[in-house]
Amino acid sequence: MTMSHFKVIRSGINTTFQDLGRKNLYHFGIPFSGAMDNRNYLLSNAIAGNKENAPVIEFAFQGPLLKFKGERINFNITGNVNFNIIKKKNIIEGNCYQSYTLEDEDELDILSTNSSVYGYLAISGEFDIQFQWDSCSTNTKAKIGANDGKKIDKDQQVNILNSHSLNSSRKLEYLNSKIENIRVIKGTNFNYFSEEGKKIFFENEFTVTKLSDRMGMRLEGDKIENVVDTNIKSEGLIKGVIQVPADGNPIIMLSDHGTIGGYPKIGIVISADYDKLVQLPPGSKIKFKEIELLEAEMLFKLYQMETQNLILKIQ
Amino acid sequence: MLKNILNLGDAALYCDFGKEVNKETNAKVIKYFKNIKEKKIEGITNITPSYNKLIVSFDLNFINFNEIKKKIENLEIKEFSKNEGRLINIPICCDDKLALDIKRLEKKLNIRKDQIYEKFFSKEYYCYMTGFIAGHPFLGDTDVTLRAKRLETPRVKIPRGSVGITEQFCNIYSFESPGGWNIIGNTPLNIFDKSNELEPNLINPGDTVKFNQITIEEYKKQNDNVSF
Repeated sequence: MTMSHFKVIRSGINTTFQDLGRKNLYHFGIPFSGAMDNRNYLLSNAIAGNKENAPVIEFAFQGPLLKFKGERINFNITGNVNFNIIKKKNIIEGNCYQSYTLEDEDELDILSTNSSVYGYLAISGEFDIQFQWDSCSTNTKAKIGANDGKKIDKDQQVNILNSHSLNSSRKLEYLNSKIENIRVIKGTNFNYFSEEGKKIFFENEFTVTKLSDRMGMRLEGDKIENVVDTNIKSEGLIKGVIQVPADGNPIIMLSDHGTIGGYPKIGIVISADYDKLVQLPPGSKIKFKEIELLEAEMLFKLYQMETQNLILKIQ
Repeated sequence: MLKNILNLGDAALYCDFGKEVNKETNAKVIKYFKNIKEKKIEGITNITPSYNKLIVSFDLNFINFNEIKKKIENLEIKEFSKNEGRLINIPICCDDKLALDIKRLEKKLNIRKDQIYEKFFSKEYYCYMTGFIAGHPFLGDTDVTLRAKRLETPRVKIPRGSVGITEQFCNIYSFESPGGWNIIGNTPLNIFDKSNELEPNLINPGDTVKFNQITIEEYKKQNDNVSF
């Protein structure tokens, strides 16, 4: 008997396996990686009835077209995504946050993300993939993780080890909300910038550019002038750090970022806003709002509670 | 000593050991790194040592800045044995095809190629930190006559194994990556091994590196990926 599997007919734009990422490896130069939008990642596994850190397929802008071979399997898609399920005779338009069943020869066509970047596909089962440092997360730059550290490619086969297809369909009513302001805490080099530069950072709009990926988000706007030094002695980075190199345009470090960098840090995006930040497609406008540490910690608690409440609401 | 602990955003600590970059300061950073690591404080997700800073990131679900700051301030810092760093020999081929910036450097530094190499190979280099990309070591210090700035426009792709210099430092690109250092040669050694999960990096902070020059023939023998 052959293993249940997906045949990849179209790969999509940036399709990789991801989970919660890797810890305690920055000192080797290995980034955290993991799903970019943590809440949508957790929701996809919760709807599928998987354990919290199960591998899922992450895609950006356009997802893959997959043909299912096997008995039957449940899946769901989270994010803000248009997709179709193609059965022998009919095409079903899918809704996010709802589980569907695929039978032998059915196709899943993940067409596009809607004014957002990342979406997630979880199955009620286990992908047959390799783990490195306890994580499947694919880091294509260092070639670490599932699928030999590469993106999922056209014509390849994605095998499924165990499936535990649930009988009843599960769903959640949820709409991803948009964010107007990204809240940040001042960075350790905030005073490297001119008074005018600091004002620009907190009062003007910045545009997300096309040069954005899982490593970083490049922004464009009025130049933030540095009056001390455009380089610092290279030091550690974390996700959410906003660096400003000599050209005066901010770069925000995202999940696959280099572990060490030498540009001044003007601010750090708060943990509670990270998921919404990564979902801003090129062309989006961003405004930064300064908040204090205590408020950021409170907002994170709130964000976590909301996520847990959503998981409880799945029926 | 540890001069100051600040917050870096809401989920990391920024431990400042001063402005200077030297072995003494860096040894203190590494000592703190080892002590904190050994303590296995719940909630810590990464500890990143660099020249003169140490960043401790954590999971806000388990611990917050003030709690972890107290723990680190009250940590009993013990000494580790001084002979822990290893001496590692790295072969480099300096054939013109691999030394991408040697001509540029002759002009920048105003010294001849053979003198650049003589000065470069006569020293041993201390590993301050690893990172940026996996396995990538930051080594120092180079001779004062070899200190040049980064390239004005960084390269989009630097070949794997390239050895570069800038300011008082030298490095080795563990795999193909963008970068702006002045490339003076290439090593056939694999300095990052993802299949070795406990010790993926050949060179670790505190180690000493000695470079040896090899011929293009020796280089080709040791490297299956050569295409010229």
